[in-house]
Amino acid sequence: MRLGYYPGCSLHATARDFDESFRAVAGPLGIDLVEIEDWACCGATAAHNTNRLLSIALPARTLALAQEQGFDAVLAPCAACYNRLATARHAMEQDPELKEQIVGILKRPAFTNQVRVISVVELLRDMAATIKEKVVQPLADMKVACYYGCLLVRPHEVTGFDDDEDPRSMEEVVKATGASPVMWEKRLECCGGGFSLSRTASVVRLGRAILEDARKAGAQVMVLACPMCHNNLDFRQKAISKYREEPVGMPILYVTELLGLALGLAPRDLGLHRHYVSPQPVIEQVAAATRSLAGGEQPAALPAPPREEA
Amino acid sequence: MADEIQELTGIAAASCYQCGKCSAGCPMVGEMDFGPHKIMRLLQLGRGEKLFEDESIWLCLTCETCTARCPNQCDPARVIDGLREIAIRRFDTKAPKRISAFRRSFLDQIRRNGRLFEFGLVLDYKLKSGDLFSDVTSAPAMFLRGKLALSPRRIKGIRDVRRIFDACLESGEES
Repeated sequence: MRLGYYPGCSLHATARDFDESFRAVAGPLGIDLVEIEDWACCGATAAHNTNRLLSIALPARTLALAQEQGFDAVLAPCAACYNRLATARHAMEQDPELKEQIVGILKRPAFTNQVRVISVVELLRDMAATIKEKVVQPLADMKVACYYGCLLVRPHEVTGFDDDEDPRSMEEVVKATGASPVMWEKRLECCGGGFSLSRTASVVRLGRAILEDARKAGAQVMVLACPMCHNNLDFRQKAISKYREEPVGMPILYVTELLGLALGLAPRDLGLHRHYVSPQPVIEQVAAATRSLAGGEQPAALPAPPREEA
Repeated sequence: MADEIQELTGIAAASCYQCGKCSAGCPMVGEMDFGPHKIMRLLQLGRGEKLFEDESIWLCLTCETCTARCPNQCDPARVIDGLREIAIRRFDTKAPKRISAFRRSFLDQIRRNGRLFEFGLVLDYKLKSGDLFSDVTSAPAMFLRGKLALSPRRIKGIRDVRRIFDACLESGEES
């Protein structure tokens, strides 16, 4: 399967672990990722808060490039990029006049708006049977909270691959790894998204409610597919834990990282050493299961993450 | 104002029947004076201008919960984006300084390089907002994790991107 890969800005920097883990699992799953040449930023929240035309024209340029480079579909792992690309495609499909206006701005008369936009969760859900076959280290007994947040499934007419109030696709991926998804309430609540720097207190308030709910449901680890959610729940977990008696201590993994562990990939190749909340308990659980399977062989352990300066 | 919003977004505020479901699910409503259903109500009453004197519309995260749950397809999230667009066009926003600085820094980064350079965004945001000290101590830890790229990379098609900005925004609009 050849897909136009749109990493987006975050996966080149703060979400390197998402990029690394996705590229790492793509090989074993037979996904051929080819990065779209010269892609630009999707504009994210800043663009759609400012001007609708801008918020459609920026991702439309990337869709036009994908078409010119011969891709039928674009895969955007970041939930925000995915949502902006899918929104632009949908808006132009609904409104031919708008599409013509965009074609004029882009100066790309051959652009037909036919390239599909796929999220990583949709892609992996559709490969659940393959994943099951390829798993070498079933994550049995691991209780996982699947966190969707806002942008993967809303609004439904744009995303469309799952129910917008009761989605199941991430749970299906997690089940394919042998782990057990827990049922919990806040899996579709917003983490505060782009307010991480500009209104940190709101992000901490929202993140705390999400993490505490996942804990209450018995989750040992949370999986997600959005760099902003990861930042707000992993990096900001220290601030979230501040007024609690003890830290939340919830490892936050990209769904591709959890999948990589089940496929037997090394934690370092999945970028797990880049996290703030140590994923060591998860890795140790996987390692212990491997030892009992292999009869005492020691898998490579992950070096402890660097300590954060206070 | 309701007419202006309808022209911009295609949404008629009059179609809202004030069930309040949008505000019930809004993650930011507790921090807003005007939650989504009140925003719709002010538009119905012809008092939309009031929304430009208040920061509520700038606290919306566009999580789309309101839009997903609206039983009458009113799309409050889109209405709020429309209100923000109008406010920016008038150079008159009551956005909290930090939220406004972040948005402007973000767009400046895209216009400059075609992509977001996160380290540059943070520096520019700090200068624009005056929020100089928060999170400063976390920079080394982020660098150690390989999560900070220290120099920007400009895309080849930067002129495409600048043309898009010029075509979509009136001059100087976003900054």
